[in-house]
Amino acid sequence: MSDTTQSGPVLAADGTPLKRSLARALRMQKLRALMLIAPLLIFILLAFIFPIADMLFRSVENRIVADTLPETVVTLKDWDPMSGESPDEAVYESLYYDLFVAAEAKEHTKLGTRLNYEHTGISSLFRSSGRKVDDIGKADVKAIQRSGDGELKNGALWYEIMSGGSSAAGDTDLLDGERTKLAQLTGEKFSGDIGFVPGAEISKLFPRTAIAYTDFALFTAVVDGDIVAEEKPWETVYVAFATEVSTDGGAANLASYTGPGADALKAAAAAIADLPPISFKEAFLDIDKDWGNVGNWRTIQTYSPEYTTGYFLNSVDLHLGADGVEARPENQQIYITLFKRTMIMSLMITGSCILLGYPVAWILANLPTRSANLLMILVLLPFWTSLLVRTSAWKVMLQQQGVINDVLVWLGLVADDARLVMINNQFGTIVAMTHILLPFMILPMYSVMQTINPTYLRAAKSLGATNWTAFWRVYFPQSVPGIGAGSILVFILSIGYYITPEIVGGTKGVFISNRIAYHISSSLNWGLAAALGSILLAVVLLLYWAYDKIVGIDNVKLG
Amino acid sequence: MALTPVTNQTPAFTAATSAAAGAILGLFVGTAQGSGLMGLILGAALFGVMGFVFSSMLLEQQKPIRWLTIAAFAVAGFLMGGLPALVLGALFGWFAGWFIFWIATSSYRKHLVPYLTPGQVLWHYGFRVICGAIFVFLITPILVVMPLSFNAENFFTFTPEMLRFDPAGYSLRHYRDFLTNPDWQQALWNSLRIAPMATLLSVSFGTLAAIGLSQPHVPFRRAIMAVLISPMIVPLIISAAGMYFFYSRIGLQGTYVGVVLAHAALGIPFVIITVTATLVGFDNSLTRAAANMGAGPVTTFFRVQMPLILPGVISGGLFAFITSFDEVVVVLFVGSAGQKTLPWQMFTGLREQISPTILAVATILVGISICLLTTVELLRRRSERLRGMSPS
Repeated sequence: MSDTTQSGPVLAADGTPLKRSLARALRMQKLRALMLIAPLLIFILLAFIFPIADMLFRSVENRIVADTLPETVVTLKDWDPMSGESPDEAVYESLYYDLFVAAEAKEHTKLGTRLNYEHTGISSLFRSSGRKVDDIGKADVKAIQRSGDGELKNGALWYEIMSGGSSAAGDTDLLDGERTKLAQLTGEKFSGDIGFVPGAEISKLFPRTAIAYTDFALFTAVVDGDIVAEEKPWETVYVAFATEVSTDGGAANLASYTGPGADALKAAAAAIADLPPISFKEAFLDIDKDWGNVGNWRTIQTYSPEYTTGYFLNSVDLHLGADGVEARPENQQIYITLFKRTMIMSLMITGSCILLGYPVAWILANLPTRSANLLMILVLLPFWTSLLVRTSAWKVMLQQQGVINDVLVWLGLVADDARLVMINNQFGTIVAMTHILLPFMILPMYSVMQTINPTYLRAAKSLGATNWTAFWRVYFPQSVPGIGAGSILVFILSIGYYITPEIVGGTKGVFISNRIAYHISSSLNWGLAAALGSILLAVVLLLYWAYDKIVGIDNVKLG
Repeated sequence: MALTPVTNQTPAFTAATSAAAGAILGLFVGTAQGSGLMGLILGAALFGVMGFVFSSMLLEQQKPIRWLTIAAFAVAGFLMGGLPALVLGALFGWFAGWFIFWIATSSYRKHLVPYLTPGQVLWHYGFRVICGAIFVFLITPILVVMPLSFNAENFFTFTPEMLRFDPAGYSLRHYRDFLTNPDWQQALWNSLRIAPMATLLSVSFGTLAAIGLSQPHVPFRRAIMAVLISPMIVPLIISAAGMYFFYSRIGLQGTYVGVVLAHAALGIPFVIITVTATLVGFDNSLTRAAANMGAGPVTTFFRVQMPLILPGVISGGLFAFITSFDEVVVVLFVGSAGQKTLPWQMFTGLREQISPTILAVATILVGISICLLTTVELLRRRSERLRGMSPS
């Protein structure tokens, strides 16, 4: 400090103010640390956190209804379920077109399965209707095909009509719209040239027919890989034309049409003029009278939005009924029981781990180092042994022809024909999991107890405390942090356990994880699995947060 | 070293205590033979007499008497029930001899502080017995698996031949099955292909990050740590489901790379925890000294820092290895039949209960765990010595 007389900020060696120079050094240091952490952080975020977030999102996602029945969802919006009457003709009409396309793409059964979670019986309704939907308006289809010289029976003329000839203006908006619709329905890409663009004139005069034909064309070209002009169009095209020509202004539209095939279309219109107009509602009720059921329609309407709370409600045994949220029928209520069981069994496992772990941790902390190290191996060996080895060991020991039962029978404590049932029930799960998680309880307890000074206990005794008082008032309070750390760890691990309950738990000893696995791999109800998983994860993260607050994750010790 | 000067107990006290112990042992033998009460009375009488005789007359010839007891009990056992009973009898005899002299010479007080009341002494040993029982609970399942894996039959339990120590009851057939069955060999090979790659990934990323995390000024340290540890905390079924959906979308589901990435993510917390723990005691002035002498950051890392934290890195790697080697839930979802690992094969075996080959595999795996445990323990001591901490 030779130049204390100089006023102004203190300068570093290179002339910059020391404060700024230090701040820069600190910033560099922080940046370097972050650079070292960044690769791993990005890896974990991409390979672990993001997949989980993505999966949990499935618990609220519900695009299947709007994707499969895009038109029906719109027309159904105005229907009032409280009226007690089934929806009007317009809804059934849009259902016809939606269901036809969905049946062609074989997506209608998926929707049926999805809605069946909410309203039993809807699945078979969709499946049977998907088969029969092409019978609707059969008379009109036949009449159109037979009209004129039968030119409308095959695809070439239809192609001419719908594309409006080679030089006509095309309606690309319609085509792109249908591309998006089909892509959402099937999950595949409907891009690329299909050799067909709907004509602007025809799509203005007969929009419904143009849409039906465009769907057909996209399907033929993209999914089947055929030439559009060579294939016979779907029944929907005929039905759409028949309905549009017979509605108000249909005849006038037809008269004003001058494009290719105008004569053939006029002949077709004449051929169906005598037939009764198609009633979609009656046709659907003919297929299955359940289409008149208000409950089915209400379910479709309730689950039309893109996001739903349905899965979450389902996972707590509720559902969206006529009057809002209500409880599920008795025989379907399983999840609350399962959650409760998972909680109670995890608590019991934690409790037995405390009971068994405390004496062991105490003796490890109080023996001379050499013998403590030796005994520590007995704790660490199970910790290092494969989980499946330990689970199979318990299966071997606990089963009815297993080691424990054999010993008990040999000792005469149990009759040979009355061997104890210790596996495939809650007892088996609790015993096996206590054994598996016990080291996670002992290790934190041990590291806390090691720091407790034995002189406190001696001081308490010399001041006249009995053994029990000295332990309970002096030693135990100091060991509580170890119990806390171990308990949270054991509880977190046990609540999400899957393998052991699956093998030794039978049906009564399984946890919520097993149900999640079942829904992912067997019943394929992924939304419900995601909802159950979200609830489980929320509980675990809450405990994790508590653990971090109480113990600090930096203090986790392994061995 | 004796803490307390002791005198021999009276023959009456020894006889009474021994009778109590004998009654308990007799009860077991009695129930096994059909009459618990008989066994109880006979056991108590036998041990009582032995206690009285040993403590009043034969206290000086401890060694020969104890050997004699063992021999006598073994012969009695053999006459009663053949070879297995011989072993049991010898054990009983050893216990009887040891227990009676332990009581008679008051050895049990020798190592305890002199002011303990009899009740406290009793509690002291009672507590040890309880702890012993818990240790037995911890270790028995593993010990039971080992002999059963040499079973000659396809049973998951001890056959009469095995209990008779009949060589015909034992065989290596399950080990042979493991070594020749293509399913098991494929599974072993898959495990050995996946685990080292996953370990390599988690160790290289994890060590870098742990070094970054132990710098003095790290913004959001707690949050970053929480994210990095989360694969250990999130229930495996949730991780598995998330990875399954996401990896199938990007085409990694059912591929080797997918399983390796998933296992690497699961192993990272262990690497972070162990390496961070090693770095806690790391003296940062060493790196500054190295820099001062002209070493670049890379040279400093490899020549100064790395040798010092190497034990932590290796034990972290072993943890990551065993995590991947032992993992079944995630591979069940993310892998396909081509990535069937050893635990997966065991899991299917356990669910469908096919053969005790599982037990042979289990025994081999226990052997591997013992090797790994020993290595980790040695490394931990070495690391503590390197950092100048006394090994605990």
